[in-house]
Amino acid sequence: MATVSVCQYHPGGFSFENCKRNALLEADITKLGFSSPAARKTGTTICGVVYKDGVVLGADTRATEGMVVADKNCSKIHYISPNIYCCGAGTAADTEMTTQIISSNLELHALSTGRLPRVATANRMLKQMLFRYQGYIGAALVLGGVDCAGPHLYSIYPHGSTDKLPYVTMGSGSLAAMAVFEDRYRPNMEEEEAKHLVRDAIAAGIFNDLGSGSNIDLCVITKGKVDYLRPHDVANKKGVRTGSYRYKHGTTGVLTKVVIPLNLEVVEESVHTMDTS
Amino acid sequence: MAAALQYPANVSSFNSYNDLFPDWTQKEVSTGTTIMAVEFDGGVVMGADSRTTTGAYIANRVTDKLTPIHDRIFCCRSGSAADTQAIADAVTYQLGFHSIELDEAPLVQTAASLFRDMCYRYREELMAGIIVAGWDKRRGGQVYTVPVGGMMSRQPVSVGGSGSSYIYGYVDSNYKAEMSKEECLKFTAGALALAMERDGSSGGVVRLAVITEQGVERQVILGNQLPQFSTV
Repeated sequence: MATVSVCQYHPGGFSFENCKRNALLEADITKLGFSSPAARKTGTTICGVVYKDGVVLGADTRATEGMVVADKNCSKIHYISPNIYCCGAGTAADTEMTTQIISSNLELHALSTGRLPRVATANRMLKQMLFRYQGYIGAALVLGGVDCAGPHLYSIYPHGSTDKLPYVTMGSGSLAAMAVFEDRYRPNMEEEEAKHLVRDAIAAGIFNDLGSGSNIDLCVITKGKVDYLRPHDVANKKGVRTGSYRYKHGTTGVLTKVVIPLNLEVVEESVHTMDTS
Repeated sequence: MAAALQYPANVSSFNSYNDLFPDWTQKEVSTGTTIMAVEFDGGVVMGADSRTTTGAYIANRVTDKLTPIHDRIFCCRSGSAADTQAIADAVTYQLGFHSIELDEAPLVQTAASLFRDMCYRYREELMAGIIVAGWDKRRGGQVYTVPVGGMMSRQPVSVGGSGSSYIYGYVDSNYKAEMSKEECLKFTAGALALAMERDGSSGGVVRLAVITEQGVERQVILGNQLPQFSTV
């Protein structure tokens, strides 16, 4: 199928040259008792809802590397085009790069057609790319936007299947968020109600799922306007220490002091001038 | 498949790290499914449930598994959601192109052949069970089944998906040749209701489509309006 884009399809897909080497390294590292670094994932709760005038997308802001929080305030709502944004769950690198690639191709496509891009186009591009990689790109996305045909919301799975729905949740906290949606979603909500619903759904994920946490980001997309609210709600403020735990000088008594001078000779001295013009 | 998301086999089932990513985040999305299509004089009746699952979680409870391929040709999808969506998109493109070249409406058999070619050629990589049904001028209402593996066969009535196993008896005993459109609708809705009752991977609402020379009529039967068979 011809996509009007300059981005060339690389023949051969993934390069598996390093697999054997990696397997040997893994074995060596495990023998020494260490574990190789885990891919940074966005454990995540992301969701989206279609309301009267557009869509509201929401996301938490925690990125995890194994059981450790790698980033306490990462941005999971990615720009695709002026009227389309995409939340990403799964492997952080995959969601970041996939959305950037499709954003780039979509901009070229829009220049070629002379029109504002449609959400369905972004959906097609994303699903065809993810299907091509047969699930190896671990990107689970919530794609939302407003175009000439109204507001649209899609959920896109790593293997390339998509669902077009009025409300969607993804990520490890999706069950918690979906519970909130199933209870309180109504069609044609007002903006404030929709924002409150999304905020509550993400909060449910943050407080009930270990893989999600920190703040709540919102993105409200309407015809002609996008409100990127980061953060919309700082749900987890860092605690403030009530006292100072620094010890005064002299708290620990010094019993002995030994000074060993190191006699160093200058062997070679060279001066490189830097061109700072 | 989900190679990037594998965990070491020695992790105990009580390890909280596994709980961070419940198993349905790593399972592929599948349309567990019950699908069905019946020929009658003048067209076809197609039906499907509406449940898409990832492991034990229902990813979409209102899925539309009756996908339009052309004006008077639809397909019912079962198996992997990603695979069937990709195949349906590809066949829709190919059939649309073919129809423009031909400058007339395509045959249902052509659509079924396109599905068969793709499902057979890539049989190792795909997990897709598809029922193609529609109306054309040459042979009227037709149902073709293209199960996993890539065989193609025309049948007057065809069922598919994980829930189909539970209704072969009902279908074989209740199908009569020369049923009317209304009888076919009742027959299909009844069969799907029975399958959805017994199969965990099927459920939600019943989506029906009737394709005739005049066009396509679609209906939805909600959960509480499904035909009841027993009070057990």
